[in-house]
Amino acid sequence: MRLRAATIRFLLLALLGGVALLFVTPFVWMVATSLKPLEQTMALPPTWLPRSYHAPVGNDRLEVTQDFQLRQAGTLCRYTAGEKAGQQVFIPDAAADDGAAGDRQALHRVAAGWWHVTERVAGAEPRRAPRWDIVPAEEISSRIHFHWSNYSEALELLGGGTSEAAVAGGRPRLGFWVFAGNSLVVCLLGVLGTVLSNAVVAYGFARLQWRGRDAFFAVTLATLMVPFPVLMVPLYGVFRQLDWIGTLLPLWVPCFFGSAFNIFLLKQFFQTVPEELSEAARIDGCSEWRIFWRIILPLSKPVLIAAGVFHFLFAWNDFMGPLLYLTRKETFTLALALQSYESQIGGVQWHYLMAASAVTILPVVILFFFAQKHFIQGIATTGSKN
Amino acid sequence: MNARDRRKFFAGVAFTSPWIVGLAVFTLYPVLASLFYSFCDYSILKSPVWIGLENYQQLFRDELFWKSLRNTLFYAALSVPLGTVVALSLAFLLHRQVRARGVFRTIFYLPSIVPMVASAMLWLWIFNGQYGLLNAALRPLLAPFGVTPPAWLADPTWAKPALIIMSLWGTGNAMVIYLAGLQNVPRELYEAAEIDGATGWRRFWHITLPMISPVIYFNVIMGLISALQIFTQAFIMSEAANGNGGGSDGNPGRSTLFYSIYLFSTAFYDLRMGYASAMAYVLFVVIALLTWLASRLARDHVNYQS
Repeated sequence: MRLRAATIRFLLLALLGGVALLFVTPFVWMVATSLKPLEQTMALPPTWLPRSYHAPVGNDRLEVTQDFQLRQAGTLCRYTAGEKAGQQVFIPDAAADDGAAGDRQALHRVAAGWWHVTERVAGAEPRRAPRWDIVPAEEISSRIHFHWSNYSEALELLGGGTSEAAVAGGRPRLGFWVFAGNSLVVCLLGVLGTVLSNAVVAYGFARLQWRGRDAFFAVTLATLMVPFPVLMVPLYGVFRQLDWIGTLLPLWVPCFFGSAFNIFLLKQFFQTVPEELSEAARIDGCSEWRIFWRIILPLSKPVLIAAGVFHFLFAWNDFMGPLLYLTRKETFTLALALQSYESQIGGVQWHYLMAASAVTILPVVILFFFAQKHFIQGIATTGSKN
Repeated sequence: MNARDRRKFFAGVAFTSPWIVGLAVFTLYPVLASLFYSFCDYSILKSPVWIGLENYQQLFRDELFWKSLRNTLFYAALSVPLGTVVALSLAFLLHRQVRARGVFRTIFYLPSIVPMVASAMLWLWIFNGQYGLLNAALRPLLAPFGVTPPAWLADPTWAKPALIIMSLWGTGNAMVIYLAGLQNVPRELYEAAEIDGATGWRRFWHITLPMISPVIYFNVIMGLISALQIFTQAFIMSEAANGNGGGSDGNPGRSTLFYSIYLFSTAFYDLRMGYASAMAYVLFVVIALLTWLASRLARDHVNYQS
């Protein structure tokens, strides 16, 4: 009996571990890709660990990319005269007598099966042509190497296009920090508005008795049913009338006017604070505002933090709002900038795309680990109170 | 109203005043305005012109409307039940597992808070037909049967299933709610069941499931409403995997033309805002109908006694 219980416990753990592995794998794959050079992202079968390869190129031993394996033997030559002077060329033995041999100087012999390798040049946009050579496989050494420079290069590219375009336009380059700054403005002002406005409004619903309150609250709850597409077109019209299209305003100003869901959440919490506390304060001559500010708010920190954290998360992750209202690149939030970068480069530079995605995810993960308790409690209450 | 009631009334209105403005400007006006627009020819550049039921009549003859509705219902019909099963199973496993519960909970929950844009990029790469991780894993498994794995997002048959698989990765939120629900089931019930000799499946079937049925009901409704509005991941991924079209064509072969995407492009690319408003109201009705249907079903099966 005891053995059976232990077996079951072990099987459960194994099952959980297996599923957890499935959930984690995409993250690992993202980080692994983000640290590889481009050609390794397209290795078949895929590799998990980013590596760097070193091989002799000319007289130096350099970090290289392995391009392809030669099928036939021949000679590596360098042009000594003509317009190609200084350039290298591989001449297969079969084609050695093409009459131009006089312009070339043989560098070394190449056997079939040797690798064509090219020097890796730092930077997203190399400033000079990389050198290359053909070497036997045993001359190539490899070790695990994380290409952290992918991150700085990806963030540089996130601003859009190539540096040439920006130089030609003569405008200062938009960088990652502009987008991150926009996202932060939208998130922080939104959190401030969400916490303040919903706390005040929820107090009015939870702690005050007045005519029409319950009917008003019923209407409030009913609006939770309305899907966003129903509001989308007229909302756009409202913001157009206000001349807010193309600015960050539509993304945070509405937060200062409450939201049905948060009003509901905070009201539920405020109602759990004993009424005697308010009564005692009223007898002492406290105004409702002071009761709200001095008694209810300090007691409600956990739920206020939960509402704030969830709004931060929503605003940081929001895509449709920025897509609707932001028209100029300098106002883009990080989420929108990431999508616009992707649609520009069109899914080739997976290492940069994964690096930029990882950077977009990072603040959310950090927020989670700092506010883990509030996350879990907040979700649990929203789910079970209904 | 006497003076005291009046004072109370004004205090209540004062405290709720931000929401009075917010409700009026950001919800009630839009709800009424889009109802009005749905009977109009409206492009936002010119003032709306009343055309009666024409938008709705045209809508029911519009093949793309039906296509997008079918796509959306297909997606919801698979992703909601599958997501519920996955989230519930994980919650049950975690509920029984005591050791390292926090670590597992974090692992299952984190994907659900990742920005949708970023997870769209990530899954785009995983689903990549040539170099993607999924096909790299499937290729050797399918090879003995002479089958090659599909190109997922670039294949009209497999694009929606790909989005459904991706949605399963994000079920952590529901799982946390289920876990909380399971932990709220009173221990005495299990003890009583044990005395009566009920074990295993019967305990699960007659105690656990009925006790958490309100939570399941809540999650299914919320999941359904959000699945019917699927937008971001499809918008980004269908464009990225199939070349341009502004994400609004629902490529490949309109297989990912979901309702919200068709609505969005009708409103903001074609500037047919009246037509889009009619679409929005049809969606509203569909959601209300399905919610009503679910609540009818729930009446017989959901236990609110606790």
